[in-house]
Amino acid sequence: MSAISSTVERRALGRAGFWRRVRNSENLYGLAFVGPLVIGLIIFTYGPVIAAAYLSLTEGDYIGTPAWVGLANYGRILQDELFWRAIGNTAYYVIGTLPTGMALSLALALAMNQKLRGIVFYRAIFFLPTITSAVAISLLWSWMYNPEFGVINTLLEKLGIKGPGWLASTKWALPAMMIMSVWVGLGYNMLLFLAGLQGIPTEFYEAAEIDGAGPWRRFMHVTFPLLSPTTFMIAVLSVIGGFQVFEYSFVMTHGGPLWSTLTVVLLIYMRAFETFEMGYASALAYVLFAIILVLTLFQFRGQSRWVHYEL
Amino acid sequence: MTVATVHSRRRAITLVLIKVIAYVLITITAVSMIFPFYWMVTSSLKTEVEIFQVPPKWLPLPPQWENYDYVLNTVNFKLYTLNSFKIAILWTVGVVVSSSWAAYGFARVRFWGRETLFLITLAAMMIPGQVTMIPLFLVFNKIGWVNTHQPLWVPAFFGSAFGIFLIRQYFLTIPQELMDAAKIDGCSHFGIYWRVMMPLAKPALASLALLAFMGSWNSLLGPVIYLYDESLFTLPLGLTRFSGMYFTYWAYSMAGATITVIPILVVFLFTQQYFVRGVVLSGLKG
Repeated sequence: MSAISSTVERRALGRAGFWRRVRNSENLYGLAFVGPLVIGLIIFTYGPVIAAAYLSLTEGDYIGTPAWVGLANYGRILQDELFWRAIGNTAYYVIGTLPTGMALSLALALAMNQKLRGIVFYRAIFFLPTITSAVAISLLWSWMYNPEFGVINTLLEKLGIKGPGWLASTKWALPAMMIMSVWVGLGYNMLLFLAGLQGIPTEFYEAAEIDGAGPWRRFMHVTFPLLSPTTFMIAVLSVIGGFQVFEYSFVMTHGGPLWSTLTVVLLIYMRAFETFEMGYASALAYVLFAIILVLTLFQFRGQSRWVHYEL
Repeated sequence: MTVATVHSRRRAITLVLIKVIAYVLITITAVSMIFPFYWMVTSSLKTEVEIFQVPPKWLPLPPQWENYDYVLNTVNFKLYTLNSFKIAILWTVGVVVSSSWAAYGFARVRFWGRETLFLITLAAMMIPGQVTMIPLFLVFNKIGWVNTHQPLWVPAFFGSAFGIFLIRQYFLTIPQELMDAAKIDGCSHFGIYWRVMMPLAKPALASLALLAFMGSWNSLLGPVIYLYDESLFTLPLGLTRFSGMYFTYWAYSMAGATITVIPILVVFLFTQQYFVRGVVLSGLKG
């Protein structure tokens, strides 16, 4: 008897405690401040994430009700030649642009860190491609890459080199985009490196100098190790960004010639909004998500070998 | 000559050498950065004959300003520009207001479940847009928002994860004493948000606003998916469609590209500090 009444009492108390907690004015204020965010997260992020997982197991266009097909879409991806083409292109793109882009932007950041005059002016110039629309950049470079009348082949001709067909060539279209993307990312990565360089305390350099280290050894033993968190971050961002390239291929070549510039995101776009295979496109999107996640985790696990967080 | 002076002279020479190399590197890069833009603007001012002239003309004389008249009025880039401004401004206002609002909650209101919710918010940044794109399209299609501007700005009013993170970090640097003082003066949380925090957070808000504006102004995927009527096009979409149809009219394409670049360039030149900081922070978020 007493046991029952005590549970009832406790329950009543618990309920009262619950309501007291709700009515606590901080909680009400919290609701007011983050309520819209919670709704937004459900409608625009987490709801669609779950819906896409479901869609990836179905088949159908955007009008009718999707039909359940189980894992068939994922099976189809494994046999989809275009998917493997896109993965291959993307891997080539990332491997080709990442080391070059990083080495160039690091060199530029080291130069910019020499306390020269006119740095703000130069910084503005290096930053131009970062603020420019990818569509404008793609069109501009398409024009410069024009095999017959483009300024790049004209200049190459002056040097006695016969330029390739660039975007019209299956061999050169992707490298052409890679050159362009290094050009685009240079100023941005340089700024990140510069911020990292300016975070290195001068005491380290002074100590190294007292020990008789020249510029090269100072770079190898002070700058490079202490900069490694920045280097790591740029590498992670570049890989994520590289796998999400869309505009360049969409505007410059639409994946051609002969799919030599097809990227994963362009393939997702084509399946979802050109052939209206919403289920298959969702499965592709999930595979892309998984690839990005795995590569990022991989990089984070590998970082203990070369990234130093002494600071 | 003592050993010390030899040493210091060698050191001075090395320093000068490093500076010279640095200047050379910076100048070469600057030229290669500027040149494509120079080519874009000069091409936009050439006649269709001059465009295909070999060797190319380095200066378009006389400049064909009519190209701009054609692109703005006949191809309707004027309307695309207005559409781009409308969407980018609404998007920016949405991101700044909603993100600072939620950020205040995370920074200064002690509500139940705050840390968990903050983690869930940050995790949203990891999800690539391509995953949510298709279900969102189906939803917007169902409620009749496809072929309208709404899908391109309404979501901004529910908060951006990155914006919340950025502004929250800034709010946390504002001393708690200021807030306590405002409380004693009878300010509620709403009052503190509006009268104390927002004015103090102006630099962070400016960085976020510029980043949001730039993102919306330059985006292509959203407009490509949602806009069909030519009268709704934004600049990047209009530029893509126009050049797709008239791929050899390079002078017009370059005029369109220049029109797309100029507004963001003007904003950038006047707000460089905030702009650069915003972009650096957006990279550092990871």
